[in-house]
Amino acid sequence: MTLPIGLLALQGDFELHRRALASLGRATMPVRRPAELAAVSGLVIPGGESTTLSRLIDRAGLRVPLADFAAGGRPILGTCAGLIMLSSGLDGETRPDWHGVQPLGLLDVRVQRNGFGRQVDSFTEDLDLDGLAAPGARFAAVYIRAPRITAVGPTAAVICRRPGGEVVGVRQGRVVGLTFHPELTDDGRFHALLT
Amino acid sequence: MMFPWVSTEAQELMRQKIGLADMLKGGTIMDVTNADQAKVAEEAGAVAVMALERIPADIRADGGIARMSQPRMIKEIQDRVSIPVMAKCRIGHFAEAQVLEALGVDFVDESEVLTPADEHNHVWKWDFKVPFVCGCRDLGEALRRIGEGAAMIRTKGEAGSGNIVEAVRHMRMVQEGIRRLTVLRDDELMAEAKNLGAPVSLLFEVKRLGKLPVPNFAAGGVATPADAALMMQLGAETVFVGSGIFKSNDPKPRAEAIVQAVTYHDDPRKLLEISMELGEAMAGIDVAAIPDEKKMASRGW
Repeated sequence: MTLPIGLLALQGDFELHRRALASLGRATMPVRRPAELAAVSGLVIPGGESTTLSRLIDRAGLRVPLADFAAGGRPILGTCAGLIMLSSGLDGETRPDWHGVQPLGLLDVRVQRNGFGRQVDSFTEDLDLDGLAAPGARFAAVYIRAPRITAVGPTAAVICRRPGGEVVGVRQGRVVGLTFHPELTDDGRFHALLT
Repeated sequence: MMFPWVSTEAQELMRQKIGLADMLKGGTIMDVTNADQAKVAEEAGAVAVMALERIPADIRADGGIARMSQPRMIKEIQDRVSIPVMAKCRIGHFAEAQVLEALGVDFVDESEVLTPADEHNHVWKWDFKVPFVCGCRDLGEALRRIGEGAAMIRTKGEAGSGNIVEAVRHMRMVQEGIRRLTVLRDDELMAEAKNLGAPVSLLFEVKRLGKLPVPNFAAGGVATPADAALMMQLGAETVFVGSGIFKSNDPKPRAEAIVQAVTYHDDPRKLLEISMELGEAMAGIDVAAIPDEKKMASRGW
């Protein structure tokens, strides 16, 4: 029997990730407690607010169990705030404490939160097809108060870019982080990386 | 096409607007009146703050005309926190909404908590790039607001009362209306659209989805972690807390507790643990003792 894929269900749009994985025929299970990680084959860290996610991860005692989960080689997909949590550090912050956001350090990238500005600066744009690791037709990427990737370390590989070359998706082993929201569109190519 | 009365571009933009509402799900949005309170809210784990000059309990007590907050105060809050900042405009006051959009607020609440500026028309929210949230008491009101372009719906409840009874009534009315649509035949939806006073295309969409086509949040009267859990179990996707935090004796722990209660809303043991350390909630008002003309929920239509 295949284990379900876990959805980190502390806060955010995990219901939309459930729907995206269901359309690929994959069962899912919400994860809010450390013990629940043992019952899932992979994990989604959804879009949401990174300041909220970071605090709830610590209050739930999930920080070390999440690192162990990744070290065990099981796949993790983080979108937007999920990527921020997977990253190794933040740039462009206005406060030295990064507003309390403490990334997990599971992806060798640095990010700038709200890198494009506020909600009025959110946008939708096709990914650059040439560099798209998931092949096929155009992919409409939705960026909501999205982070920008400011540095990609030597152990992380670029998997997708905007037209013009800006990196918007990276992969390190089985950990994938995206600045946009594949769960907001009916296109399962990135969710397929979890299966 | 769910909204044949607006352009294709406006409909595509709607996905981005709803997208931000999606990111706020499973969270707590807190009313704050200055940058220090906003910081407390962010540190407690709020997903967004609502910037306003007076919280509803004080608006209720003070009387007078309640308007959009001073942009300078909203700007100070935007500079202090990294979470989304929302602000309220009066019902129908599209010029206040334009000012808030120019200021770059992340969501505009066209709110019955402020004194209405138009007794017939709400803001035509399709004209804006900034998303709007609007209050409702039942499904018809929710669908009229969505038809005008609202990207998020919340119950009205009775703001500033510290009393959950109206929010429960409104959430149950919306959910009952949705459940009813799912069992009606297609040839009955036009008559139901007439009853609800809502666009028939949206009735078909709700019937198909079994839920509203935009996120459905709760507001108006939440004062305790159990209140927040109650609204989540009744179908709310996020909870607004207005006067309940900064009118209590223990804003910081109460704010943290309500954030946790939303996440663990279906786990009574965890709710017990969360509630154990708290002091007195705000005093609150019996809604039956508020005369109808003083009820904020009856503003808007």
